[in-house]
Amino acid sequence: MSVMFDRVSTREAFGEALVKMADEYPNLMYVAADTLKSVGGTPLKNKYPSRALNIGIAEQNMALMASGMAASGAKVFAASYAVFSSARICEQIRTFICYPNLDVKIIAGLGGLSGGQEGVTHQGIEDIGILRSIPNLVIVEAADAASTRVITEAITHYTGPVYLRLGRTASPTVFDETYTFTIGKANLLQEGEMATIFTTGAAVSRAFQAEKLLRKEGYDVRVVEMPTIKPLDEEAVLSAARETGLIFTTEDHMITGGLGSAVAEVLSTQYPCKLVRIGIDDEFTQTGDHEELLDIYNLHPDHIVSVVKEHIKAK
Amino acid sequence: MKISEVTALEDKARDIRRLIIQTAYSSERNAHPAPALSIADVCTALYYRFMKVDPKNPSWEERDRFILSKGHACLVSYAILADKGYFDKEHLKTLRHPNSILQGHPVMGKTPGVDMTSGSLGNGLGLGLGMAYYLKETKKKSKVFVVIGDGEMNEGPIWEAMNVAPVIGTDNLIAIVDQNHFQSCGSTEEISPMQNMRERWESFGWKVFEINGHDMHAIISTLEMAVNHQGSPVCIVANTVKGKGVSYMENNNAWHQGVVSRENYEIAMKDLAGGEV
Repeated sequence: MSVMFDRVSTREAFGEALVKMADEYPNLMYVAADTLKSVGGTPLKNKYPSRALNIGIAEQNMALMASGMAASGAKVFAASYAVFSSARICEQIRTFICYPNLDVKIIAGLGGLSGGQEGVTHQGIEDIGILRSIPNLVIVEAADAASTRVITEAITHYTGPVYLRLGRTASPTVFDETYTFTIGKANLLQEGEMATIFTTGAAVSRAFQAEKLLRKEGYDVRVVEMPTIKPLDEEAVLSAARETGLIFTTEDHMITGGLGSAVAEVLSTQYPCKLVRIGIDDEFTQTGDHEELLDIYNLHPDHIVSVVKEHIKAK
Repeated sequence: MKISEVTALEDKARDIRRLIIQTAYSSERNAHPAPALSIADVCTALYYRFMKVDPKNPSWEERDRFILSKGHACLVSYAILADKGYFDKEHLKTLRHPNSILQGHPVMGKTPGVDMTSGSLGNGLGLGLGMAYYLKETKKKSKVFVVIGDGEMNEGPIWEAMNVAPVIGTDNLIAIVDQNHFQSCGSTEEISPMQNMRERWESFGWKVFEINGHDMHAIISTLEMAVNHQGSPVCIVANTVKGKGVSYMENNNAWHQGVVSRENYEIAMKDLAGGEV
């Protein structure tokens, strides 16, 4: 199946949208930990030099400065890579951004396996699991460049802490400029009755491809994008469970802690239903291109197809 | 500077020390009295002589900011904020109790007058740096004061902030190191040596003053220079005595944290009754 790729990466799309938002919000600030060029800060730096800061390879200080700015009235974007934007600064996010409920957006490039060739040190494959238990934090993941632009604007209009997970290189094109996004709301991409696939981020394109293959074989499967992992659209999960009776999750993340776990929590407590989580199993990953790694770590469309078919047959 | 002004601030610092002990005693909770006493003189000078604040409008945008990075010493903040009228002194006895506005460590949004949550050590300087940068960016005249413990200087994030502060133009940032030579488990020199404090800050590009942190005359004259300094952030290394003013707490690290009994309280009140503190 041929796949079209975006003209720009999600990081670049974020940077383009950020300048537009900076025009609208004079209090918008940006802080990066030697990641200004690599997480979309250059356009803002060019237009508003004093509002885009590179404070050096010091992510903890980046998060703290963002908190201090926000406590003084700023709307702050703190941009680094997902591994460092979650594990490295977990406590600063918790105690100094989320506890005081400050208007800081943590921008996490290299989310999931998009750290690719850099290897495990730069692959943010546990970030959502690490952060999901922190109160006040909204967790969002973009699937491609078009949706990144829309999401960037939406989270700027929102006042409060947000974690936005982005990729690295250009993503397969999924959406266009008609994409809509509301924090906490699922996006129904394809109606279906035999099962539902909930998907997010880099896994969306693959879930879409799998759905097309399944449809050719006569399997009518619903696909729902979950760009907000916290707060989760529980009603979308429950209605899918009631109406299709079989749920899958696909994500560029460990199957523990992320979208699959969030969906499991809703189902197990409110409407028990068969759930199959597809993503990275409990292991460290390896070096490779993002798309190669997605194929290896359970997100090849053919693999998704086989898992879905197996469970539909067993219904 | 008038002698009467110095004397008045010394008297106020004694009032604050009494309020610290009264709070620890009346709350019957396991607070941190000695770390609060060591920085009481400096904090008194800040709040009663230097800082532009309005207790009736704690979120006044033009105000100076204060971050107690060594947040466990919050008895000193709570005593001062209550004394200045940010909230009723009746709240002091609720310290560390459920539903209190006075949490175990300072919490922005819960306690009027607390500009930033603190207590997780090593984070205050970066928080203050962000404030200082944005306040300058928005053309505010406000200063940002950050009180750091010398033991707390073990923490890495402080050094990240120290390194970048001088190059981003934040000469409205004033760090004060409460150098009382103790941390929770003992002597700072024995655990992770913090000697040459002045040279450490100077080598990072800060303007540094070193003073006796209990000499009110020196505190005032140094803060005067600090708030007028331009071109770099300022650090004041305040040499202090942990537990200063209460005989049995001075340099006795058992009082890093502890419950003040009736007997403890009565002795402390005698120690703080008047004269030299």
